[in-house]
Amino acid sequence: MKIKKYIKAGSVEEAYGILEGNPKAAVVAGGAWLKLLPTEVDEAIDISGLGLDTIEKKGDFLEIGSMVTLRSIETSPEVRALYDGVISDAAEKIMGVTVRNIATIGGTIAGKYGFSDIITPLMTLGTQLEFYKGGSIGLVEFMNEQAKSRDLLLKIRIPVAEGRGFYKTMKITAIDFPILNTAVSYIGGKTVIAVGSRPYKAALAEKAMAYMDTCASQEADCCERAAMTAAAEMKFGSNSRGSAEYRKQLCEAFVREGLQEVKS
Amino acid sequence: MKLKLIVNGENKTFDVKPDEYLLDTLRNNNYVSVRRGCDNTSCGVCTVLVDGKPVASCSYLSLKAEGRNVTTVEGIAEEAAKLAGFFGEEGADQCGFCNPSVALTVYAMKKELKNPTDDEIRSYLVGNLCRCSGYMGQHRAIKAYLEVD
Repeated sequence: MKIKKYIKAGSVEEAYGILEGNPKAAVVAGGAWLKLLPTEVDEAIDISGLGLDTIEKKGDFLEIGSMVTLRSIETSPEVRALYDGVISDAAEKIMGVTVRNIATIGGTIAGKYGFSDIITPLMTLGTQLEFYKGGSIGLVEFMNEQAKSRDLLLKIRIPVAEGRGFYKTMKITAIDFPILNTAVSYIGGKTVIAVGSRPYKAALAEKAMAYMDTCASQEADCCERAAMTAAAEMKFGSNSRGSAEYRKQLCEAFVREGLQEVKS
Repeated sequence: MKLKLIVNGENKTFDVKPDEYLLDTLRNNNYVSVRRGCDNTSCGVCTVLVDGKPVASCSYLSLKAEGRNVTTVEGIAEEAAKLAGFFGEEGADQCGFCNPSVALTVYAMKKELKNPTDDEIRSYLVGNLCRCSGYMGQHRAIKAYLEVD
């Protein structure tokens, strides 16, 4: 990304005003992936001084500021305590500490990166996003929107409840992007399955989830059939990291393993 | 644009471009122990500490570091020399290109983790590649430096 002017915002209002007033302005979150973007912006808005870097329990939610780094998420006891530590598990698999100390959860979500390790588990947990102007929106709904948001993501809110979580990713090396990743949750009697890095952005396996809701067979049979359903319904693509067929095979295996684990 | 930093304990002011990265700012100002490798966050040889945390300076915008403490290996010279002694004893050195970045990351790990396990040490160093040593000598040397079994 080429930047013509760098502005350190003094307030959320100021940051939003710049963003709203110039279609060629963009928010700089951590900035770890800026080099990958072939774009040019007139004004890069730095929001690192706006106090959006805290993790707090608020009522029935864990509230994570959009500028919290992936390393802080990985090491937070509050995040680790949620759903078998599924979010922390995903965060700690993202490249090295030197990158996780830069990249932020807000930047990852706002970018809707297909290679994201962190979006996939968050989609299975009923995660809500809080924007400055747009208010609250579900992460799943946000991911399904085609257009990129021109709003300021302030907070990520994760419901705090009893439940199980599972995350698995396959990479060629630890410092590479995933070939495929899968998250499964089981919360309040409801199973949620998300598959990411297909290499497309993460999405829910809706048919497999519906099947799990109605399956009256034995548990192992349900998991097997749901895994096949997920692999059949998701769209996969090929790139230098893996073929669509390989990703489909991984999906089936990961969903099966995830369902067995969260149902055990 | 003007950028004010504290580099190795000294107040500094640099002229930087809006899209300049910390690696370039430091190297342009003769902090050449900060190495350029992959230039895309993969290899870790550009590691510096920002407020004590190891970051890939190739992907950290310089202006984002305004007012912060930046540490290169010269800023931890005594600890780096101590670690280098263990590297020598364990035969963990060859070309030495990655040594400043590894020293900084290990130094940060020492501050952050108490009695790290083998897995925790490996995990912390995932982003610091070494193309010579094969890592086993480094691992032994780091454990000796950290005084862990």
